[in-house]
Amino acid sequence: MSPKTSNQIAISMLYVIASTIVVILAALLGYIIISGLPAISWHFLTSPARAFTSGGGVGIQLFNSFYLLILTMLISFPIALGAGIYLNEYAKQNWVTALVRSAIEILSSLPSVVVGLFGFLIFVVQFGFGFSILSGAFALTFFNLPLLTRSIEEALAAVPDAQREGGLALGLSKWETVLHIIVPAALPAILTGVILSAGRIFGEAAALIFTAGQSAPALNFTDWNPFNMASPLNPMRPAETLAVHIWKINSEGIMPDAKAISSGASAVLVISVLGFNLLARFVGHRLFKRLTAG
Amino acid sequence: MLINPSSPHSDDGWLERHIVDPSLKSQQPIVLETKQLRVFYGDNEAIHEGDLKFPEHQISALIGPSGSGKSTYLRSLNRMNDGVARVTGEILYRGVDVNRPEIDVYEMRRRIGMVFQRPNPFSKSIYDNITFALKRRGITDKKVLDETVETSLRQAAIWDEVKDKLNKSALALSGGQQQRLCIARAIAVKPDILLLDEPASALDPVSTGKLEETLLKLKKDYTIIIVTHNMQQAARISDFTAFFNMGRALEFDETSQIFTSPKVQLTNNYVAGDFG
Ligand SMILES: Nc1ncnc2c1ncn2[C@@H]1O[C@H](COP(=O)(O)OP(=O)(O)O)[C@@H](O)[C@H]1O
Ligand SMILES: [Mg+2]
Repeated sequence: MSPKTSNQIAISMLYVIASTIVVILAALLGYIIISGLPAISWHFLTSPARAFTSGGGVGIQLFNSFYLLILTMLISFPIALGAGIYLNEYAKQNWVTALVRSAIEILSSLPSVVVGLFGFLIFVVQFGFGFSILSGAFALTFFNLPLLTRSIEEALAAVPDAQREGGLALGLSKWETVLHIIVPAALPAILTGVILSAGRIFGEAAALIFTAGQSAPALNFTDWNPFNMASPLNPMRPAETLAVHIWKINSEGIMPDAKAISSGASAVLVISVLGFNLLARFVGHRLFKRLTAG
Repeated sequence: MLINPSSPHSDDGWLERHIVDPSLKSQQPIVLETKQLRVFYGDNEAIHEGDLKFPEHQISALIGPSGSGKSTYLRSLNRMNDGVARVTGEILYRGVDVNRPEIDVYEMRRRIGMVFQRPNPFSKSIYDNITFALKRRGITDKKVLDETVETSLRQAAIWDEVKDKLNKSALALSGGQQQRLCIARAIAVKPDILLLDEPASALDPVSTGKLEETLLKLKKDYTIIIVTHNMQQAARISDFTAFFNMGRALEFDETSQIFTSPKVQLTNNYVAGDFG
């Protein structure tokens, strides 16, 4: 076979593989969205779920998902940023950092069920947080930290060393240079990483079943005092999220319209995650343009 | 050809090394001086010997083949190689060794500024590129900042080109403009000495010409040390020239001397274009 034909064959194979992936993805998303769309209405998105009768919604679960996401980010972003800065800017290339890096690698490959059970033992039982948003947020932090740290580290590594030298040559300290030159320059990539990981957190169920719990007590959306049990902001209340809700309906849902609710909730979830991905591209692109031109 | 073809030296008349003391040839005091300088990367010795003295408000050029240690030498002067290379010997800035433990390295680098081979503006506005280091030093008075921006950009001969877009990103400028912005940024913190490492190597001839003009104007306020691989450039703008070869400064003299009657054979070969 001539190099030219073998090259042709290889290219066509790659095309076939790539288009198969795209087709599968499109079919999957299309199926979920199309079968779920009829169930979605304002009422569906805002009203609480019902256990035995039809006509329930996913309002509380939706709120829980967002609240948990925000709380998780508030905890994990500063840690990941610190770790990313340390690893990329300060750490010497020795066995300690090699160890840290492999620890991160291993942590990122842990199945989320394991992370969830670990969170259950530590936060729910040991620390006595019970099934709560807080337990869920800590479990998700474990789940989120490795990849977020890695993406921040990569974002920082992509900033040319010339920028660091530029700062030092002006008599700035290394810390000033990192904080005021390197991090801002890496911001578009950092934000993209944050939003992409937000999509992952938003869709996560296994890590939450035993930490944030499987019940969504009624919330009083006029009570914003985080110390009241019915307040949406109370971090100590159990909080079933959208993804957990889908899992639960499909395994033990007994309401008559379980199928429709599950499809609707899945569509909401998928659309949200898609939204995060699009947002990530958009924000990264916009910010990059604003920083480089204009 | 820059070299006088009928060289005054006979074959055995060449010197091993020839380093002049600029204070004998110019009225200017010496602001920077290296003694028994040696620089190591791990076990590799990149600078073996370089006893040079740099006169105030003059342009000194460092020339020599690639890999001869010019950048290493230059980066040692304001300790940009801290943590990368090991330095022994003395680097005296106005009589004080910059490597002494009690030296405030940040203040020292403010006084001995540096401009790099590739323009490296920060991804901030033109205005913020200039004022950034000042703000970090606690200067917040808008009037002072505005004034500094204008004077530094004027000194770097780029004011007219950017005065209407100070709030635009510096990354939108052309390479030559970016490099002059980097010079403006370096002089905004009011340094004493300006080190430049092949600042024109990434620029087109027109931008290079502008950069050279800028340096010639700057020399009345700053002491300039510039590494260049371009011998015409060294000949055009510098007052003194050092020739480096294999980690040693072999010859240092007035630029006209270096280019018309070098005393060291390798210098002669190099400026004649025989190697490098
Ligand atoms: N960061 C570094 N680490 C190790 N060796 C280096 C480093 N920078 C330069 N060198 C070595 O030091 C020598 C001098 O290099 P350099 O100072 O860059 O020369 P020049 O600027 O004259 O081309 C070369 O042999 C080069 O390989
Ligand atoms: Mg060099």
